[in-house]
Amino acid sequence: MSVFEIVTEPIVPQTYADYVLRPEAGAVTVFTGHVREWTEGVRTLYLAYEAYVPMAQKKLAEIGREIEEKWIGTKVAIAHRIGELQIGDIAVVIAVSSPHRSDAYEANEYAIERIKEIVPIWKQEIWEDGTQWVGNQRKKPKEIIYD
Amino acid sequence: MIKLYYFAGLREVTGKAEEMADLAGQTVGDLYNWITDQYPAVPISSVRIALNEEYALPTDVVQDGDVIAFIPPVSGG
Repeated sequence: MSVFEIVTEPIVPQTYADYVLRPEAGAVTVFTGHVREWTEGVRTLYLAYEAYVPMAQKKLAEIGREIEEKWIGTKVAIAHRIGELQIGDIAVVIAVSSPHRSDAYEANEYAIERIKEIVPIWKQEIWEDGTQWVGNQRKKPKEIIYD
Repeated sequence: MIKLYYFAGLREVTGKAEEMADLAGQTVGDLYNWITDQYPAVPISSVRIALNEEYALPTDVVQDGDVIAFIPPVSGG
């Protein structure tokens, strides 16, 4: 069993680190992704995340299974927060434990890359002068609402 | 009847988060034509379709009671 969840409350990383820790683990990597104020010179006021929750939770669990097959002996927990997030808030936490550190580092990075590919979660940036759903292509404020 | 969900920017283009439509027997590929007819502003080339919470193939056939989600480019993390 693993923890793969979409949450609406603030994320407490220790919860996920504790979950993956076990006697065989010599390393635990905990990645937290945070709401960033400045992106390429554009100031974000806050972010609004939404998800297709049941599918997103399935896809997070699928990523966990991929990792546990690819890096034998790892254990994974992932949570992503949705709703309105302020600058500095944690949007995502990925905890991976493994017997040795290299697997924990590699698997953790793999997890965030896969989240960005397959998990149905969307981010809307709210600026001082507009909003935009973030997609594959980056565009500047005022030019386009949807991409 | 099929339940359709629209997320993020797609919801703004369609003006609704969900709707029901009589699309049983059509393929997922057909749904791309259907949504383009209904909502010409949908940027279809960047949309993926999920059938019952799994990414679908264009050849998958939709059955009564299925749930379809139109998925714009994801941006989690």
